[in-house]
Amino acid sequence: MENFYGFFLDNLLIIYLLAFTVLLGFEIIAKVPTVLHTPLMSGSNAISGVVVIGAILLVRLTEPTDYLTLSLGFTGIVLGMINVAGGFVVTDRMLEMFKKKKK
Amino acid sequence: MLLTFIIEIFFLLGSIGFIWGLRLMSSPDTARKGNMYAGIGMILAVIAALIMPLEGTVSNNYAWIFAALLVGSIIGYYSAIKVAMTSMPQMVSIFNGLGGACAVVLGLADVLHYYDGTKVVDTLGFFTVLLTLFIGGVAFTGSIFAYAKLEDLIDDKKVTLPKHSVINMIMLAGLLGLGAYILMQGEAIGMEAAIIFLVISLIYGVSFVAPIGGADMPVVISLLNSFSGLSGAAAGILFDSQFMVVGGILVGASGTILTVMMCNAMNRSIWNVLIGGFGGTSAIGATATGGTVKEISLNDASIQLYYSQSVIIVPGYGLAVAQAQKICKEIDDQLSANGVEVKYAIHPVAGRMPGHMNVLLAEADVPYPKLLDLDEANSALSSADVAIIVGANDVVNPAAENDPGSPIYGMPVLKVWNAKSVIVLKRSMRSGYAGIENPLFFHDRTKMLFGDAKDVLSKLNSEIKSL
Repeated sequence: MENFYGFFLDNLLIIYLLAFTVLLGFEIIAKVPTVLHTPLMSGSNAISGVVVIGAILLVRLTEPTDYLTLSLGFTGIVLGMINVAGGFVVTDRMLEMFKKKKK
Repeated sequence: MLLTFIIEIFFLLGSIGFIWGLRLMSSPDTARKGNMYAGIGMILAVIAALIMPLEGTVSNNYAWIFAALLVGSIIGYYSAIKVAMTSMPQMVSIFNGLGGACAVVLGLADVLHYYDGTKVVDTLGFFTVLLTLFIGGVAFTGSIFAYAKLEDLIDDKKVTLPKHSVINMIMLAGLLGLGAYILMQGEAIGMEAAIIFLVISLIYGVSFVAPIGGADMPVVISLLNSFSGLSGAAAGILFDSQFMVVGGILVGASGTILTVMMCNAMNRSIWNVLIGGFGGTSAIGATATGGTVKEISLNDASIQLYYSQSVIIVPGYGLAVAQAQKICKEIDDQLSANGVEVKYAIHPVAGRMPGHMNVLLAEADVPYPKLLDLDEANSALSSADVAIIVGANDVVNPAAENDPGSPIYGMPVLKVWNAKSVIVLKRSMRSGYAGIENPLFFHDRTKMLFGDAKDVLSKLNSEIKSL
């Protein structure tokens, strides 16, 4: 338990960040109309590509001879980047169709 | 110092880009700009990750990184350009899976480094590693399996074991136990245990999606979407990156909200969906309503539509399957030219993912102000002359309103029977996904038009043309 208290106090800022981001996320996304739920999902696919940042840092910190970790990192970047590029492009493609047209 | 400052500003701007971008998604007019802001945010963050100063052995390996960025971008770009709008649920599923897989890869690298002693991780840190493996693993295999289901590569009934929910519970309990054991033993237990933990998580992902199918797919996709985000946030804690945490949590929140909305739209709890509520069993017991079904000729239907004041089209997944959106729009154009007010009533679970039907109609150039959501549609229906139902069934079933014995009782439905008359386009008298008989077909105001949606709509279209 001591361990847990210590963890809480040491990481107070990140815990605040978590709490506020969760609230903010719910607040913003509840405002998205049903018409846009599919683009919202594909757009959030792209955003969940943030994992690519972790994969980039992993590769940068790996010894050039550690091929196992390098391949893991390489795979991570490819997977994350498919999400990022694919997600943003397909969302844009969809949103382009949602233009207001006169009757 | 200056470099670190600039890098952190980039990450901050990146996070703001995400939040502002999602905020602009609150209206179709600004949504495209919002998507662009989020994209710019991501580019800033990638640049920052490439050049930020790091502690420890930094060998950069830029060749590996740029090669991977290039390969990923090309694959992502081409799949995004090529995909058909009807296949959006499949694409989103695959993307959910890739996000989860990426988180698994990051967690795995941490596991390797923890056990070979190159990285010191405390118990809570290792808890985060296991959490990343679990959420990421379930998102990964669950989504790939969901994709296979959406592509009809898998028959729902063949992959559901007897007592499936019990098996899932046992697996989940096993994961909890094994996880706690690994954390308590620390390095002593060796890497194998963590690998076994990952393997069970991957199997659990498949097993948890296996019994869910049919009309419940929108819930599953939303839930997996939320998992892929949360796995990213967990990986963000591993890398001490606030940016990743913010991005991951936003996606987690979005997926969670959509899951809840989809469950509400079906009047079922998330628990009920996961355990598997209406399978094949409830269908047989449904009360036979009986009564006579009245058919309408194409000619009569076209005249009725053409000379009415207001028409509401209720599209269901059957419309999308038949690729009939464009013909639907042509009929809409002809009617509108004659002064008929045409609107579309869209149930939240029409289609196979949240908002799917809206995208399909937008692709057919239907302007979005014509698309009504559940509440708008229900108030518009009471004053409409004709409601025409194309390939929808359970979402227009009056039993949800007035038959407490029905499995879908309490589910919010489109009250099409309030319109002055109802035309139902249907392939046959077969029941919908839920396997429940629909008393609407026997209603006084209802007339049936049998046949393939696309075929019937194009005949209807030429009938109207000749008027």
